[in-house]
Amino acid sequence: MEFFLISLLNGVTYGLLLFMLSSGLTLIFSMMGVLNFAHASFYMLGAYFAFQISGHIGFWPALVLAPLGVAVIGMAVERYGLRTVHKHGHVAELLFTFGLAYLIEEAVHLIWGRAPVNYGVPKDLDGTLFMIYGTAFPIYRGFMMLVSVLMLVALYVVLTRTRIGLVIQAALTHPETVEALGHNVPRVFMLVFGGGAALAGLAGVIGGNAFVTSPGMALHVGAIVFVVVVIGGMGSLAGAFIASLLIGLLQTFSVALDWSLGGLFKPMGISFAADSFLGELWNLTLASAAPVLPYLLMVLVLLFRPRGLLGTRDT
Amino acid sequence: MNTRALRSLAVAAALTAASLAANAQEVLRIAYIDPLSGPFADVGEAGLKQFQYLADQVNKRNLAGGVKFEVVGFDNKTSPQESLNVLKKVIDSGFRYIMQGNGSSVAIALSDAVQKHNERNPGKEILYLNYAAVDPVLTNEKCHFYHFRFDANSDMKMEALTTFLAKDPNIKKVYLINQNYSFGQAVTRAAKADLARKRPDIQIVGDDLHPLGQVKDFAPYVAKIKASGADTVITGNWGTDMTLLIKAAKDAGLNVNFYTYYGGGLGSVAAMGDSAIGKVKQITEWHANVPTKETDRMVNEFKKQNPKLDYYYGRAGTLMFMLAEAVKRAKSTDPTAVAKVMSGMKMDTELGQVEMRAADHQMIQPLYISTLYKQASKGGPAEVKYDADNSGLGFKTDARIEAYVSAQPTSCNMKKP
Repeated sequence: MEFFLISLLNGVTYGLLLFMLSSGLTLIFSMMGVLNFAHASFYMLGAYFAFQISGHIGFWPALVLAPLGVAVIGMAVERYGLRTVHKHGHVAELLFTFGLAYLIEEAVHLIWGRAPVNYGVPKDLDGTLFMIYGTAFPIYRGFMMLVSVLMLVALYVVLTRTRIGLVIQAALTHPETVEALGHNVPRVFMLVFGGGAALAGLAGVIGGNAFVTSPGMALHVGAIVFVVVVIGGMGSLAGAFIASLLIGLLQTFSVALDWSLGGLFKPMGISFAADSFLGELWNLTLASAAPVLPYLLMVLVLLFRPRGLLGTRDT
Repeated sequence: MNTRALRSLAVAAALTAASLAANAQEVLRIAYIDPLSGPFADVGEAGLKQFQYLADQVNKRNLAGGVKFEVVGFDNKTSPQESLNVLKKVIDSGFRYIMQGNGSSVAIALSDAVQKHNERNPGKEILYLNYAAVDPVLTNEKCHFYHFRFDANSDMKMEALTTFLAKDPNIKKVYLINQNYSFGQAVTRAAKADLARKRPDIQIVGDDLHPLGQVKDFAPYVAKIKASGADTVITGNWGTDMTLLIKAAKDAGLNVNFYTYYGGGLGSVAAMGDSAIGKVKQITEWHANVPTKETDRMVNEFKKQNPKLDYYYGRAGTLMFMLAEAVKRAKSTDPTAVAKVMSGMKMDTELGQVEMRAADHQMIQPLYISTLYKQASKGGPAEVKYDADNSGLGFKTDARIEAYVSAQPTSCNMKKP
């Protein structure tokens, strides 16, 4: 029971973190159809901005200013880059963001160097929230969960309950009509892209000090955010949320289980030596395969339900 | 003596002088083949800066008998395939010495290629200076005459580590967590074997292998360690795999000691921050707070020239100075002549005598176990004079393990020219 509860908690926390990372990507994809390869780079920028700002005026202003800074960069990218590339179709957009990711990484190298920076958790949030069976649950993890849930709620409310949200949704399917009604559609897209970048930036502010702020951090999370979006269903916010939790729980619980294929035969008195034929495979434990399970899940989803859990697009 | 004889004498003298001058200006170029881009670029770049600084020292102090050293960086993107391309390139441009350290997979590929090249091109041999790749096979099954390793291999480090561990009666339950590739598996294997031999009463309560660089959240592993009741964790993890593990352990309030190979790895101390104080130990051939004079001077001078970097590899100094001495004794920069001198060469360093063992070209040297504390100027122990990564944290020696303790038998059977 103790282990189950702790793993459940860890799984949910990790899942919410994944959602925080991938919500911006889903937003941009669902509203604009752009698969943004530079998403993780905006996450990294958020972390570095926060590192810089919090060194001068503290963490709380950074929590607001860093995502805003990233949003400005995101909007500039949309206005002066993507909008031009857009004419040439989705492949060109994809390649554009792919190249952008490298440019951002090099820029980070030039400005902040190649080694990790010392961006720590703020004093106010450093400590233990509660104890569960003798294991501490840090305040910061609770804070991360809270922000993630707030992100989901805020996105949902903005997109479905506000005027701007309705315009965004309408612009997705009927851009000409929306334009005819007097709305500036390109500006709407610019705002959406900026908003998605800001969400990535916010994740960076919070993820940067919980983990490691280094030029490698974009690469570190780059793949998993796409897995979340694919499993959840391209462009579905709710799908991404469910997929995040699913991956979080799957990975956390499988780490704990030292089951192996060979172990299934143990009760029958058969065991496999490590040096026997395919011995490595028979003795591969679920625990050591845990971090690659999400990718396995992604492949399975693509094979059997290409649109993802809650996806509406078939591409 | 007629004028003609005089003239020819003068010509001969002039020629000799010219050749002497050429000799004095002879340059030994070393190709440094390591990551200069990608996720490990910081490590590769810091290493390059340190080797170039040391080449400077060799030249300024004329340690190589008039030969100048030059270290040139080549990017291998930590990839074995790319390294082989680079190797071809540097051989074509006339390099006879190469140097590499990051990643045993790269090292094995390079070492094999160097061996083949040397067999096929007698008289044009390449000498491979390995300063950090620690897979034991490189000085056992896969050893050859032109490969020299200056770091202790992973079995030697484990031997030293477990010798130290075995003396602590408080250690009862050990947990192993490593990256799932040749090096991580070697660490796990050696830890189990050594502990079973030295302290059979110690229980191995966990043995995890996780994919390299894939884990984003170590909390589940920490929960597992906690549930196992371990009092000590041994890990060969490096990079983010290590820093994230330490951070997650601190967050969950896990109160165990971490015996690491790379706790002081470049950038790691800054990334772990205060969460590592008093908990993270490392096994290395040197750290900045081992009291020395000459190395101390170099640590300070290097810092002045590169404020963002640390003088990190103690063995880099040993390597460059030993190579210089070998060139001087061989009176030649020919790799075979230099390798013959270096094979079995003993040298006195500030840390004691080191030996490049003739049987397998493995450096036998004393090792240090140290723990991370606050720097003395920030209220830490007085021994912690220097910090790492400008973080305000530095290492303090727990024990010095003499060279003979960690020396391992070798299965190497090399052909000598």
